[in-house]
Amino acid sequence: MADAFKFELVSPERLLVSEQVTEVILPATLGEMTVLAKHAPTMTTIKAGVVTVKNAAGQVHKYVVFGGFADITPTACTLLAESAVPQAEADRSLFESRIEALRADISGAPTDEHRTRFEHMLADMTHLHNAVHPD
Amino acid sequence: MPSLKDLKNRIASVKATQKITKAMKMVAAAKLRRAQEAAEAARPYAERMDRVLASLSAAYKDSPEAPLLLSGTGRDQTHLLIVATGERGLAGGFNSSIVRLARDHALKLLAEGKTVKILTVGRKGNDVLRRTFRDNIIDYVTFREVKQLGFANASDVAQRVLSLYEAGEFDVATLFYARFASVISQVATAQQIIPAKFAETEVPAAAALYEYEPSEQEILEDLLPRNVALQIFRALLENNASFYGAQMSAMDSATRNAGDMINKLTLSYNRQRQAQITKELIEIISGAEAL
Repeated sequence: MADAFKFELVSPERLLVSEQVTEVILPATLGEMTVLAKHAPTMTTIKAGVVTVKNAAGQVHKYVVFGGFADITPTACTLLAESAVPQAEADRSLFESRIEALRADISGAPTDEHRTRFEHMLADMTHLHNAVHPD
Repeated sequence: MPSLKDLKNRIASVKATQKITKAMKMVAAAKLRRAQEAAEAARPYAERMDRVLASLSAAYKDSPEAPLLLSGTGRDQTHLLIVATGERGLAGGFNSSIVRLARDHALKLLAEGKTVKILTVGRKGNDVLRRTFRDNIIDYVTFREVKQLGFANASDVAQRVLSLYEAGEFDVATLFYARFASVISQVATAQQIIPAKFAETEVPAAAALYEYEPSEQEILEDLLPRNVALQIFRALLENNASFYGAQMSAMDSATRNAGDMINKLTLSYNRQRQAQITKELIEIISGAEAL
């Protein structure tokens, strides 16, 4: 039995999760990372993706997050997400409206730098959409 | 001297008004609870964000690579005032106290020879400020159609502010809103959001050992715009709670005033009716005596 640590998933609107967990998989900007107890203190930004949480009772929950950042210490992991929903509640329209908005951003981007950033975000979002709704 | 019928009509109309203010008070109380819950729910995020940003920014404060949102443009010439007010009136001094604070601030800045630009959020503030600062108002956001204030609404405002900042349209942004102190007291507050200011906190020793992914600088650059949105979101939520608090107490005193008025009117109505009865009796008695 792996050691448990405290995991919190917070969005600006509410505290979604606060529980003892053994394992969290985060979609960090530089690639997915798995956080276990006694992780070195780390701060990382999060891209749009799926967070997988395995709680102390061994249940696995998945949440879809749209950007944010995580603060990891040896005893806790706090994920501040701009927007987060349980995966079961993430329906197509949610992604479609975001993809739509990003497309609009790309066409209205003032500089190439902005455009590249939005294109990256769009790629992440499309990938996420396909991952959650494979068909 | 109003006639009996007049008095009766007036009592009826004040009673009708009282019913309305009483209903509004109850609606405001219910909405206040929801608004307070929303403000409460937003707190954990804000607290953690503050903590992280305070420790990150303390390290970067004086470095030349600090992002513009933290260090500022180095000038202090153009000020953007973001004035958040309610969409509706009938809330006592709620809207006017925010507007007054913003107006005083704007006049002070103008007197110092600075350029003032105003972005109004909410219809009421826009209506009032338009009279004095017609040419200074550059943008106007209303949440009239919005039922439940979400982070997306605040993000939307933040996007506008940030793109103005990137375009070099202003140097300092200040946010005006009413802080919710209690149900009966709301304090109009001015808060500078760009360049960001953080409470000077003791940086815990552990913070130095953090690993950053990607670099500290990139995290800071990612977080600061989010923080602007968050500050606006927080202000909007506080404002919302304050609005209903102010409306509730305004409607409460209106209901009480209507009650007082009804009592007074009823008293003079009864007096007049008694006077009339007495008069009629005297007429009958003196008529009988004359026979």
